[in-house]
Parts: sequence; C-alpha cells; structure tokens
Amino acid sequence: MFGYYLDLALRSLKRNKVLTALMVLAIGLGIGASMTMLTVLHVMSGDPLPERSGQLYCPQLDPLPLKYQQSAYGPDPRLNFTWPDAMALVAAHRAERQAAMAGGALLIRPAQAGLRPFYVDGRYATTDFFAMFGVPFLRGQGWSAADDAGRTRVVVLSDTLSRKLFGTDDSIGRMVRFGDADLRVIGVSADWQPKPMFYADASAKVFDDADQFFLPLSTALDLKFDTNSNQSSWSSFEGDMKSPVLTWLQVWVQLKDAAQVAAYRQFLIDYSAQQKALGRFERPPTQARLYGLMNWLDRQNLVPADVRLQLWLALGFLLVCMINIVALLLAKFLRRSGEVSVRRALGARRRDIFLQFGIESAVIGLAGGVLGLAIAQLGLWSVRHRPDDYAHLAQMDVSMLIGTFVLAMLASVLAGLLPAWRACRIAPALQLKTL
Amino acid sequence: MQLRPILSSLSHHKLTASLLMLQVALTCAIVCNVVFMIANRVEQVTLPSGVDEAGLSMLNSESIDKSENRLARHAADLAGLRAVPGVTAAVAVDTLPLGRDESSYGTCASAEDLAKAIAARSMMRDGLCVQPAVYGGTQGEVGALGLHLIAGRDFRADEYVAGSDVHVAILSRALAEKLYPGKDALGQSVYAGGAKPIRVIGIVDTLLRPHLRAPEVNQYAMLFPMLPNDGEVTYLLRSAPQDRERVLRMAAEKLQQLSPERIIPASGMRTYAQMREAYFQRDTTMIGLLLASGFGLLFVTALGITGLANFWVQQRRRSIGIRRAIGATRGDTLRYFQTENFLIVSGGIALGTLLAFVLNAALMTQYELPRLPWHYLPIGALVLWGLGQLAVLGPALRAAAVPPVVATQSV
Repeated sequence: MFGYYLDLALRSLKRNKVLTALMVLAIGLGIGASMTMLTVLHVMSGDPLPERSGQLYCPQLDPLPLKYQQSAYGPDPRLNFTWPDAMALVAAHRAERQAAMAGGALLIRPAQAGLRPFYVDGRYATTDFFAMFGVPFLRGQGWSAADDAGRTRVVVLSDTLSRKLFGTDDSIGRMVRFGDADLRVIGVSADWQPKPMFYADASAKVFDDADQFFLPLSTALDLKFDTNSNQSSWSSFEGDMKSPVLTWLQVWVQLKDAAQVAAYRQFLIDYSAQQKALGRFERPPTQARLYGLMNWLDRQNLVPADVRLQLWLALGFLLVCMINIVALLLAKFLRRSGEVSVRRALGARRRDIFLQFGIESAVIGLAGGVLGLAIAQLGLWSVRHRPDDYAHLAQMDVSMLIGTFVLAMLASVLAGLLPAWRACRIAPALQLKTL
Repeated sequence: MQLRPILSSLSHHKLTASLLMLQVALTCAIVCNVVFMIANRVEQVTLPSGVDEAGLSMLNSESIDKSENRLARHAADLAGLRAVPGVTAAVAVDTLPLGRDESSYGTCASAEDLAKAIAARSMMRDGLCVQPAVYGGTQGEVGALGLHLIAGRDFRADEYVAGSDVHVAILSRALAEKLYPGKDALGQSVYAGGAKPIRVIGIVDTLLRPHLRAPEVNQYAMLFPMLPNDGEVTYLLRSAPQDRERVLRMAAEKLQQLSPERIIPASGMRTYAQMREAYFQRDTTMIGLLLASGFGLLFVTALGITGLANFWVQQRRRSIGIRRAIGATRGDTLRYFQTENFLIVSGGIALGTLLAFVLNAALMTQYELPRLPWHYLPIGALVLWGLGQLAVLGPALRAAAVPPVVATQSV
C-alpha cells in the first residue's frame, strides 16, 4: 500500500508543479534558516571539556563594599578575585585541585635571526592548572608548588609557539625572552583550545583565543607582567596587584562528588564570614557562590544578543512557512473531496485516507529537508565569513545533520497532520451526491 | 457589492480562511518589527561621527623600547610622516571616534556638583555629572579630524601637556548643552575627575565617542590638549582619498625606518572608512538578514494567498458559472475574489496589529529596542493590503474568465 500511496502522492504533486516547488522552497527556506542559527547556537553552547566539566567549579566571593554601585557599562568586579582571596583559596587546599590564574599578552623577542618581536597571549597560573584542566603535554611537564613559591623563571610553551621559535628542535631547557626576562622552557603542551575558553574572564575572545604559553603566577607578578583580564577596584590602590581592593584573578577548583561540592560551598561561606569578622568584607557571607562549569557558562551568556535575535527571526519565519503549508495542503486536499469520497465509498478506511495524504505531506517535508540542508550549509558558510570570534566554529556536526532531517520531517508531518485529518473526515455519501 | 455571499462562503472554509488570516497576522507583526529594527540599525550605521572621514587613515605603533623618550619619539615620527608625499596632516592621538578604546572621566559642570556627586558616591546619580569620552592628541588634532568648531578656538601650543593635568578643553555641543543648559558653555569650567577646574575654550558641532552607548550619551565627548605618552600610539594621516592606501604603506615603511624598535600591527593599518565598517559590521550583517527575512515573509505570504485563491477558484468553477449564467458580470466575479481577499487580509491585519505590539514588548525587554512607533502599523497594513490584492489578482482574473456555460456542464 505504501508504494501505491507514494505513487499517488507524486502524481498529485506533479499535477501542480509550480505550487509544489514553492511549497518545498518555503519549507526549505524556513528549515535552512532555523538550522543555520540552531547550529550556531549549538556550537556556542558546547561543552569545552566534555570529560571534566562535571567536576570543575568556579567559586565566587563578594568583597565589594555595601554601598558599591555597579556601572551599566563596566564589568562586575565580583566575577574576578583579589590576590589575597585567590591565594587564600588556593592555599586552603579544600578541593581536589585548585588554581588561580590570569591572562596576559607578552612581547617575545626571538633570539633567532629573521624573526621580528611579536606579542603572544598566554596565562599566568598556579601549579594545579595543568592537572585540573588536563592540559596534554608533548614533552616535559608543568611546574611544582615549590616553583610557585620560589617564583621560578620557567615557562610552558604551546606546540605552535615552540615550533615558531625553535622549529622542530626540542625546546626543553632553552631560554625564551618574554618582555625583559629570560624564562626557561620546562614543557611543551599540545595545542589546547577549549571552546569557549571558559577559564578566561569576559575580556577575552573566548571562542577564538588560545593560550600559547603558561608561566607561574608568582613569577609573572615578580616580573611585573601586565594582565589583560578586567581589573576592577572599588577604592584607590597604588598600582599594587596584591591589593585587597582590586579584582583581576580567576579561580577554578575540581570537586569529585556532591559531598565535596557541599563542603566547598560551606567553606566559601565560612571564609567570607571570617573575612567579614576581620572587617574586610561588608556583605553577608551567604553571597559566596559556587558554580559548575556549564552552569557558569550559562550565566556568562556568551551567545551575543544578535545571534539570539537571528534565531528567533529564523524560527518565526519557519512558523509562518508552516502555517502557509498547512493552509495550502488543507485547500489542496479538500479540493479532492470527490476523489476521497469515492475511495471511502469503495471501502477505504479513514486511516487509509489519512495515510495517503500523510505520505503526500511527508514527501514535501523530505524534499524541503534536503533543500533546507543545502540552504543551512550556505547559511553556515556565510556565518563563517563573519569577522566574529565564533565564526569559524559554525560547522554542522552529525547530531545537527540528523536534527535538520528530524526538524524537516516534524515540520512537514505536523503541517500535514491537520489537512490529512480533515480530509479523512469527509463523509462518503454527502460528497458523492454533489458529483 | 454584497458581503453576505462572501461571508457565507468563507464560513464554509473557516479553517483554511483562519489559517491564512493567522499567517497574515504573523507576517504583519514580524514585518512591522523587522522594518523598525532595520530603521534603528540604519540610523546607527549612518551616525555622523563629526569627523571628515573621506581622506583619513591611521596606523598604530607599539614601542618595544622601554627606555626611549616617548614624546620625542612621537615628535620625530610625526615629522617623518609629514614628509611622506601626499600627507596633508599628521597627528598622534590616543583614540578616535568609533575607535572602541575609550577613556572617560566623570565630569561635572561645577565644583558644587562634583562635591555632591562624591558625597553621593556616584557620578551619575541625579544627573549631576556625566561620563564623557576624552580624546587626547598632539597639536592640530581638531584640524586633522576635520571637526567643525562652532564656538571659541583650537588649543594653543603652550596649552599642551603630557598627562591628563590639562587646564583647557574643547567640548562637543551635546556635552556643552547637557552640562550648561541654556547657558553659554564657553568660558565655564568643568571638573573632570579631579578638583581642578578645566576651562572650556571651544565647542565642536558633532563628536561621537569611541564606543557607542545609549543614543542620548553617544555625543558626550571632549578634547584635551593631552599629548599621547604611552608606548602605544595611533598616527592619524590626512591625504587625498585615492592616496590613502599608498600613504599608509609608505608611512609604515617610514616609521620602521625611523625606529625598528616597534610593532606596527597590520590590523591597525586602515582607513577611517574601514574602521567604521568594522565597527558596524554586526549591524550591517543584521540589516541584511532582517531585509532578507522581511522579504521572505512577504513572499511566502503572497504565495499562500495566490495558492489558496487558485484552489478556491478551481473548486468553485461551477458556482461561478451559475452566478455568471444568472446575470453576474465578469467584474462582479473579479470583485468577489478581491473583496474576499480584502476581508481575510483585514482580519489578519487587525490581529497582526495586536501581535506587533506584543512582539515589540518582548523585544523591548530582551534587546533594548525602543517602542514601536504607531505609524509603522498603517504603513504595514497598506503594504499587506496591496500585496494581498496583487497576489489574488491572477486567480481572480482566471475566475472572471469562467464562462457561464460551465453551469450547464455536469462536472
């Protein structure tokens, strides 16, 4: 029966080629636009570290004075940590692993002839950074807690930077001039670029940037390296990065299970209470927070307002296209009332009629889905040519590919449901009389 | 024209007619808001910067020699740049209108306002003070930018200082009017950041800030006779528009030649027009997408109207024939379908008007869009009526062509 209905559907669609083509075009456009934007949204809200994200948490303290007024244009100072707080959290060792960090762009003066000085982005961090985030090493390793304490002048290079500076040579043990200081290479990491770069603060281009070097936070401070994180202070400070009224550091912790999470949350509250008792904090200790990685990313709202607007626009367009197709199919099926009543009079059951028309709408949906897939690829190609930091991510993966077809089939079957149901309700006798 | 037969015929197609009405309503609501958003973005993209943009280009230079005297470096660089053939003006600046990097100072009209603002611990409270962007640069910045001085004078050579400790300032007209409403701002003293008065010696007509905020504060900006004293500086060059690319190339070579201890990022070497384009790139993309979806919606709706009318004409061939046989003219048949379409579209527009405001309210909370002005709705209604009539014309003409003899045929 299925083959017969398919044949009937194709004949019926052929009878009005222009209209069929336009219906397919409409559903294809709607699906193509929606899938383009859904894919962009999908890649932007992806998990940066699928194997570890469940164990990574971002604490937050509130060291602001009671009367602090948040400016509408400036960043929230509480998103980052002051030096004393970050160091206290790292030193407390209440989590499996914990690290404080900040971003920096440094000038490298290559010793090699033919290479001009250049700026490169990297991270200043404490020792647990590598083990906690699982940064893969090609050679060598990170630094120890002793290096942190001793402000050792060492650096870990990314594979890209190591190749740029030393070609295929082993760079371990070599010296690199960062700013005005020589740092010894102790490790080379594989190129590692979580998307988004969740541990950087809001000032970074989180979908595009990658760290090319890592060095101990204490060393960076010792050498007075600049940070490119947001620096917010709520009281005057004399350029001292260790000031308790200046936030600029990020802190991440690794916690194994719910019990550890609860314990750490309590620890943050206790720490805040203690600071309040000391007179440093003014706000209630319960302002301290602990966010899971994905939860934290949700709160950061990394998807630009324009992208969300484009998604709504695409979905609105799809909705109008669908209503359009429901109306057209309804009119088309009802015009064949005579044919339906003859079939019903000859013994076709309602479900046969329903199936027949359902297949006809599914054929349109399938064709629309194929067209929509092509249009979505075109749309994603155009998104990739935008100069935004997320642009290069706009690629369709298998799940979105399947999603496109599911959406197309869902849309067309939904669109065909009402007309097919309406058509199978046609009474045989009443319609026969008018013939 | 009697409405009764049309209405009674429509009541037989309740479902289909209401679906079409819903489609028209959604199209009306979305298209009105889309057009409004396009108008907003176009206004944004075409904002006048106050700068004579045509002949301007710039490049950044980041010194990597910490020991050098920066003021001397900048002066020597500028002398070299002025010698580049085709360059008519060259100045060093810290930032530019639409240049994104912005330094702004809480600025008050008088010492009393400043004291009150400090007491209230907020520069913005009660509208006492504002936060204008500040532009610093070497002598000749006003001329090189091509700003339009509407009162007072430009800075004198002896007024330039290294650092922000200036005594005079040139305000944008919007800022002058905000700080001294109804008064002549010239000769007044503003208080920016510190307790020292800064005398207003000039007012320029339009001057946009480096980073746009809300429309009412976009032109809060002032110029200080503040020599750039950072390792990173922007050199602004004026030349004939067709010379810009060549001048930029030669300028970069010249700078490299004068001192190799610097980095000239390729991304910062561009004309003002390119910088403006980059600044508004997201808005231009959005305008394109909004236009495409607006036209797409209208096209799909027209398609729906034509398709449906087509089916209805085919379905009613016989009744049209009968009507023709008992005396209806071709014009009557034509008008019948046109009126039917008018009724459906009108119903859609009525519902669409309501939806347009609901949608606008949602957009206002999510995207800081202003309220939809009411005049968009009658225009939207006219467009949809016109579109509906155009879309139904083909099927209606085909209906009018049905001969009366059809009535005598059995099927």
